[in-house]
Amino acid sequence: MSKSPYKKDFPIFENSSCIYLDSAATAQRPRQVIDAEREFNERLNANPLRGLYDLSMKATEAYESSREAVASFINAEKSEEIIFTRNATEGLNLLAYSYGLNFLSEEDEILTSVKEHHSNMLPWQMVAKKTGAKLRYLELSEDGSISEEELELKLTDRTRIVALLQVSNVLGSTEPIEKIVKLAHKKGAVVVVDGAQSVPHMKVDVRELDVDFLVFSGHKMMAPLGIGVLYGKKKLLSKMPPFLRGGEMIESVSLGGASFAELPHKFEAGTVNAQGAYGLKAAISYIEGIGFDKIREIEDGLCEMIFDGLSKLPYVHIQGSKDPYKHNGIVSFTIDGVHPHDIASILDGDGIAVRAGHHCAEPLMNYLGVQSTARASLYLYNDEEDVRAFLEKVKNVRRWLGLES
Amino acid sequence: MSLKSIYGEILNEHNLRPMNKRELKDPTFTLEGKNPTCGDDIILQLKVNEEGIIEDGGFTGSGCAISQASADIMLDLIIGEKKERALELASKFMGMIKGEASEEDIEELDEAGILKDISHMPARVKCAVLGWHTLEEIFKEEDQKGF
Ligand SMILES: Cc1ncc(COP(=O)(O)O)c(C=O)c1O
Repeated sequence: MSKSPYKKDFPIFENSSCIYLDSAATAQRPRQVIDAEREFNERLNANPLRGLYDLSMKATEAYESSREAVASFINAEKSEEIIFTRNATEGLNLLAYSYGLNFLSEEDEILTSVKEHHSNMLPWQMVAKKTGAKLRYLELSEDGSISEEELELKLTDRTRIVALLQVSNVLGSTEPIEKIVKLAHKKGAVVVVDGAQSVPHMKVDVRELDVDFLVFSGHKMMAPLGIGVLYGKKKLLSKMPPFLRGGEMIESVSLGGASFAELPHKFEAGTVNAQGAYGLKAAISYIEGIGFDKIREIEDGLCEMIFDGLSKLPYVHIQGSKDPYKHNGIVSFTIDGVHPHDIASILDGDGIAVRAGHHCAEPLMNYLGVQSTARASLYLYNDEEDVRAFLEKVKNVRRWLGLES
Repeated sequence: MSLKSIYGEILNEHNLRPMNKRELKDPTFTLEGKNPTCGDDIILQLKVNEEGIIEDGGFTGSGCAISQASADIMLDLIIGEKKERALELASKFMGMIKGEASEEDIEELDEAGILKDISHMPARVKCAVLGWHTLEEIFKEEDQKGF
């Protein structure tokens, strides 16, 4: 498997020679997704959920069938437990505003970790500030994981919300969500899982994990930009007040007030991104056609190749586990004497796209004792040719800066 | 358009062996400049005499090759110059980064001219201007204090 059989599905690789190693930021889109969006625009477009005529009903059907596809993809019990958002960030803010601000008070605690993306940190900081609840952070063990002792220490009878990512966008590590959920539920806390980096790469079964809320972004799993998902257990979503108010989310309105629509519409104010949702449905079916076992095999194999290659360069340091199979295709690294932004710019000169910076995880960077890192991240369309080119060019980075390689 | 051409001898020399990277003993001005997107962080110090001549300058801190080299080159250009001339060079540099400078302006900027192509790479512009921006801020603060 030197060249990926999937590359041909992605028009961007026909139009750009870029070696794309930044899928953790956003994934590329296969023709199937692009076509679905086009189909919506060319055949199904009208304002969904409103009209009483054929096209609008078709648009509604396309939109609602996407909701069902998402529900079955993550094994939700009911499709009304699927709320469409713009992205993971919006899902987390919805939870902070609607759940956090309304159900927490001074005596309560919110538990999160130092390795969160800012999107799963700032909303909770806001809730803590406004409600007086205490925000506590789980710290990491040597290998970047969260130990059971740490969890048992910080999870208390006062913990109301545990908000954790499943896969780290910097370290690529996976948290044992199932175990965490069991412990949290024993204390009466609800668990919010940030699945932005996990859902595109592994089967996430919300019922098996028994999570209360899960958020993710479509664009990291090959769906269009601007569509995301919040899953929530019905009994929790039902008691939460709306986040945004306006059209499409009401039952009836008078000058004195309003009564709100049933789930899921209560949380989808305004005209929705139906074409994006329809594209997400196509992305799910693309993923399911290939299967997570295959995706894992591709990512792990290439990740191992990156580890092998980089380990031959004594001046390169990989963050996180030494085991490439524990990285979910995410490799954050530093090069002695070279700032990560220079790494990215020099690789860009060779047509290789990697990310550099703090990856929206500044507290984690501080924790790791680095200012920033470069990050190569993989997806199913990457292949050995990509990795070989990357490794070849990484070898030259120090020389470009006048250092010995 | 890539930035690779910028990474050449001049930039590398100023990044690896920055002559002006040092702390001044009795600076007239000290100001920190930060680039929050990539964590670049420099502290610029200037010693300015009564005639407004920049007698000495230095910087400390950490950052990418572009921000470090740019700050070092800037100090080469402005040490020994009057404040007004330093600000004039800063404005020419900013113009160059925006792709608005004339050939003559770029000539005047001497070694700093190697950074002109950075205008094509918005994400790195902040790195290149960090030192120059901090310089402008120092004198802006001075003016506000009404020296
Ligand atoms: C772990 C994690 N959480 C949340 C997000 C936020 O995703 P989005 O920007 O799509 O809302 C990201 C994306 O960078 C992420 O990696």
